[in-house]
Amino acid sequence: MSTDTAGGNADPAVRPFHVATAEETIVDLRRRIAAWRPPEREPVDDQSQGVQLATVQDLANYWTKEYDWRRCEAKLNALPQFITSIDGLDVHFIHVRSPQPDALPLIVSHGWPGSVIEQLKIIEPLTNPTEHGGTASDAFDVVIPSLPGYGFSGKPAATGWDPDRIARAWAVLMERLGYTRYVAQGGDWGTAICAAMARQAPAGLLGIHVNFAQMVPLGVLGHIRNGDPAPADLSDAEKRAYGQVAFATYRRGYGVIQGTRPQTIGYSLADTPVGLAAWLLDHDATTYGHLARLFAGQPYGAITRDDWLDNTSLYWFTNTPTSAARLYWQQGITGRNFNAPADVSLPAAVTVFPEEYVQAPRSWTEQAYHNLIYFHKAEQGGHFAAWEQPQLLSEELRAAFRTLR
Amino acid sequence: MSSETEIRPFRVDVPDEAIADLRRRIAAMRWPTKELVTDRSQGVQLAAIQELARYWTADYDWRAGAARLNALPQYTTRIDGEDIHFIHVRSPHENALPLIITHGWPGSVIELLEVVGPLTDPAAHGGSAQDAFHLVIPSLPGYGFSAEPAETGWEPGRIARAWAELMSRLGYARYVAQGGDQGAAVTDAMGRQAAPGLAGIHLNFLREALASAGSMPADSEEERAALAAINAFRTSGSGYFLEQATRPQTVGYALLDSPVALAAWMLDHDTDSYYKISRAFTGGQPSGNLTRDHVLDNITLYWLTGTGASAARLYWDGGQATAHTAGQARPEMKLPVGFTAFPGEIFRAPRSWVEKVYPHVIYFNEVDRGGHFAAWEEPQLFSEEVRAGFRPLR
Repeated sequence: MSTDTAGGNADPAVRPFHVATAEETIVDLRRRIAAWRPPEREPVDDQSQGVQLATVQDLANYWTKEYDWRRCEAKLNALPQFITSIDGLDVHFIHVRSPQPDALPLIVSHGWPGSVIEQLKIIEPLTNPTEHGGTASDAFDVVIPSLPGYGFSGKPAATGWDPDRIARAWAVLMERLGYTRYVAQGGDWGTAICAAMARQAPAGLLGIHVNFAQMVPLGVLGHIRNGDPAPADLSDAEKRAYGQVAFATYRRGYGVIQGTRPQTIGYSLADTPVGLAAWLLDHDATTYGHLARLFAGQPYGAITRDDWLDNTSLYWFTNTPTSAARLYWQQGITGRNFNAPADVSLPAAVTVFPEEYVQAPRSWTEQAYHNLIYFHKAEQGGHFAAWEQPQLLSEELRAAFRTLR
Repeated sequence: MSSETEIRPFRVDVPDEAIADLRRRIAAMRWPTKELVTDRSQGVQLAAIQELARYWTADYDWRAGAARLNALPQYTTRIDGEDIHFIHVRSPHENALPLIITHGWPGSVIELLEVVGPLTDPAAHGGSAQDAFHLVIPSLPGYGFSAEPAETGWEPGRIARAWAELMSRLGYARYVAQGGDQGAAVTDAMGRQAAPGLAGIHLNFLREALASAGSMPADSEEERAALAAINAFRTSGSGYFLEQATRPQTVGYALLDSPVALAAWMLDHDTDSYYKISRAFTGGQPSGNLTRDHVLDNITLYWLTGTGASAARLYWDGGQATAHTAGQARPEMKLPVGFTAFPGEIFRAPRSWVEKVYPHVIYFNEVDRGGHFAAWEEPQLFSEEVRAGFRPLR
């Protein structure tokens, strides 16, 4: 394939992809933001009632006055992107091969409210480590797919695309790209997909790394569900995690709505860009706090306002908030608690980021990942590790997978 | 100071531009893809909401809804720092029993318009003169034409105290109160506060059982069915409740910016009313009084008053109040309580549950029609229940 020099994909079913957004849709977005009808300011001085009006006003201002989607489009189009049909669905992915011949292939899965945009900053350090503080033996070939219903992947027209099915599709994708030995990485939904891949253990998958561990023992989850205080026999680290999971359960309205009523909230997210932006800002308390400060002018790791709006605009332009929300519904009908132990026997590595909304204790992590080859607490970073701390996460992946090369 | 307690006449007056803007926004609706299922298990179905949107722009006339409101005596008065809007219809029968009815979410005074005639003038609606009520129908703070609270704390208990003040201000020395949904929470609080003059309450929703289903008896088939219905609601039907109780502002942005988003959010309350309203649009077959126009009167009221976020905050304030009093016994209900169980309600409260929550039940009945929006859907039946429920207190 002559158009396919950068990615080097051999399978004719893999088609090159370029983002091309019609000018009219960009104009329409600006028009809608300008016509925004805001609510009154929240009657509290903190984030306890949700995303604060001042933050949304800052965001809307920046979005209409300074933000440039064409810059994001160019950034994406500078990368080798492809579409291939797997299990009846068009899967979009970025595929960057390392200049190093012995690079280890790696598939990275994003989560919600993210997209491939989250992962752009780790491509260079991972594929080209000698330019980014690493050695040639640390190199990865990187595959970054858009989840079904997200970004430029197709929107499933039937139910069934849960993490297990996505995991099977990812194995097909890696095989189609000619990779016979590879590893997988993810946080948020990506962690569930990695765990599913590891449980399925397709030929070629050597191990996984996650930056969000699924590890809360089932009995403990039962106590959290009942609103019980933390059991007395938990260690300090376990008690801390208990409190964090309990708080996240309380603050999980978005997850419950997306898990039970994705279509209902979908009308909001398809029609009002500001409504969508507010919804995507409100993931977890720490991330929201950073984002609110970001739009007020303070830094948030490596994430810029443009980065955040690239991601938000991607959801808007592809009209995927509803199809993205349906992943929660799919997970919901499996009856599997997202925090339940991953039950993974393949080699697994875990990095705990200090601002992630749950700090996985090593004790529970070892029970959930039966062959834990690496466990490390990072110095800084939170839920969007790849986005906030691309260099740090890249170093974690190098260290985590070193023994599997 | 007379100005502090002044009762001012009120009329609905919406500028044409606001209605034109609403139409424009509906016409510009950008749709998501169709749900992947053939029922409501993923939420409001695309076919229903698209038909609602079509009817809203093509056939619906807000002016008719406004005229129905303006045909009734409406007022505002300031209580506890908030401007409260209310409808006040005195019965032609001078010794009628004063009654304050409180609506819920996603409702408004619109829910209660069709019970005004049967309750204030029963002789003209199949009842007798001694069943007459003087009727007060307030808009909850943050709802409809009541003001939007600029501070937290307007939970059901505070609203209940405001309602007692309202009835006192209207000169009613002896009165009764009724409510379902959030109105049941307010009416329950009124009963526990037992303000001087309040003689008893009637409810069509057992709020207490939602919070403490585990402590309700589950021996009979009826009790087990109610428990199963509550569990189903908690598992798959209460997302809106959690979101409004924890993040009212977040969801509020869409509810003020997109009329179709607002309509979908409001349609998705409970299974029974959802399917009834959905059928009213897609099949042209309304259930009782839940007609397309009446449903859109209510949604349009939320839109034009811009109260999607402030209405949601009642759940937040209620949740805060509950958290602050966790572990404390609530004041006992010493007043007489009447209860009517409507079959389509989220759960059908058995008599045993009502008697467990309220020691002095003077009336209990199960009827064969109607659901969560009992007064709205079955105004005649609802009115008969309210008459029967309060008859022992006259």
